[in-house]
Amino acid sequence: MIDREQVLHVARLARLQLTDDEVERMAGELSAILAHVERIGELDLEGVEPTSHVVEVSNALRPDEPRPSLPREVALANAPDTDGEGFLVPSPQA
Amino acid sequence: MSTAYEPVIGLEIHVQLKTRTKMFCGCELSFGDPPNVHTCPVCLGLPGALPAVNARAIHYGLMIGLALGSELAPRSVFHRKNYFYPDLPKGYQISQYDLPLCRGGRLGDVRIHRVHLEEDAAKLVHVGESGRIHGSDASIVDFNRGGTPLAEIVTEPDIRSAEQARDWLQLLRVTLRQLGVSDVNMEEGSLRCDANISIRPAGSDELGTKTELKNMNSFRFIEQGIKAEIERQEALLRAGEPVVQETLHFDPRTGRITSLRSKEEAHDYRYFPEPDLVPIDITDEMLEAARAEVPELPAERQERYRTQLGLNEDSAKLLADRVELAEYFESVLAVNGSEPQAVANWVTELAARLDEGDPAASKVEPGALAALVGLLSDKAITVGAARQVLDRLVAEGGDPKAIVEAEGLGAIGGGEELAGLVAEAIAANADAAEKIKAGNMKAIGPIIGHVMKATKGRADGGEVTRLVREQLGL
Repeated sequence: MIDREQVLHVARLARLQLTDDEVERMAGELSAILAHVERIGELDLEGVEPTSHVVEVSNALRPDEPRPSLPREVALANAPDTDGEGFLVPSPQA
Repeated sequence: MSTAYEPVIGLEIHVQLKTRTKMFCGCELSFGDPPNVHTCPVCLGLPGALPAVNARAIHYGLMIGLALGSELAPRSVFHRKNYFYPDLPKGYQISQYDLPLCRGGRLGDVRIHRVHLEEDAAKLVHVGESGRIHGSDASIVDFNRGGTPLAEIVTEPDIRSAEQARDWLQLLRVTLRQLGVSDVNMEEGSLRCDANISIRPAGSDELGTKTELKNMNSFRFIEQGIKAEIERQEALLRAGEPVVQETLHFDPRTGRITSLRSKEEAHDYRYFPEPDLVPIDITDEMLEAARAEVPELPAERQERYRTQLGLNEDSAKLLADRVELAEYFESVLAVNGSEPQAVANWVTELAARLDEGDPAASKVEPGALAALVGLLSDKAITVGAARQVLDRLVAEGGDPKAIVEAEGLGAIGGGEELAGLVAEAIAANADAAEKIKAGNMKAIGPIIGHVMKATKGRADGGEVTRLVREQLGL
């Protein structure tokens, strides 16, 4: 089952900050979810392809034809900070 | 005695595909446009936006797979590769995981592991580098590049030296360029290369701990970087220290290698199938369309020129690497039955005079070059005269025979005239003649020079030498 360390690892990868109480609660909830999913293991799935889509559709391709892009001011409208041309973000190297 | 080490190198190459639009949206590709003018909800990762696969990117991916002799997947699937970085607005990159478009294959002496398709990240400009905002530690994100289709080509660890890595990458580059699927320009970033490097005692079958050397943006840096990393690993092992698995950066200015990421942040990308995209099933129709567009590639052409036309290796490679030279060469050959190596040599001469230009766009008609080679093989002109004719052809075009006649460049063959000139030259260089008689054939230089000066280079050097020996009674 899922322990504290695993919860903290996944939280770190997802950039989530959890309180101690939340870590406890998540460990319990995630364990319950996995236990539920594990019930599938009780079925005989010999010869059944893993399902990633519920509809049997393939090759939904798009022709290589340009479509209008957003005006830059619209693209930048929701940016926390800009220099008028680009999105300003805290430097990942800092 | 110290152990000899053998490097084991594999390459990961990212190639930007030359489609008109991005991998999963209709924004146009561009290079050098102002920042953030080619974006939309899909490539900005806005909530609710849905990606759609660019059919042409799949087509190009299949062409690459065919050119590399890969096995093309009947069914291929896109996955999400999850990580956080400001150049990746969705928090994941759409890539391929266990069902890539192509598996296996070979190019030259290196086996291919796989080829898959994915989307490029945006461009991050660190303000410290751009100098636009003084004293700030912010970065600027330009999403024009974000979502550009990439083919990632992964080799098997078959490379054994830095030079081999560079040469092989050049072969891959000309191959992709002739396929027409990418600009393959390292400076502009449409061809990028990472190297996985380890070393082991020579003769060993085991693999050492590998490091990953990132993003070297020229052929020279690739060679230098790999060399530096091999030396670094050797020094560690000789000092009894372990090589640590990590990602490294080579700085070409200092030649130093630095660690790029700390190892605690071990890659854990939590791949899962992209729920917004359905699988790609390669149809016969798609395969046929890709096959129809794969031309004869440099490695095949080089082999054909060597084995079927008897060209030497240098000529075969030069022509095969530049498709415009190869096509011109073949059109000259088609004119008459000239000897292929002679034609190749004169196409090379012509190419040198055209810099990077296409000979088909020059004033030298294939028929004219064929005629020039013919005059030379008939010994109607000398090599020196042929070069002068070629200069004229490059400048003005025209017919070699007419140029030879108009300029009086015809070779002075055997006969009285040349014999007389040789006699004069011997008389004028009595010292040299004595030395030759004493067995020093190298002394013939001034005599040949005299004849060539008198004939303006129209005498055949071999014939002059024969006459000199004859007249000196040798």
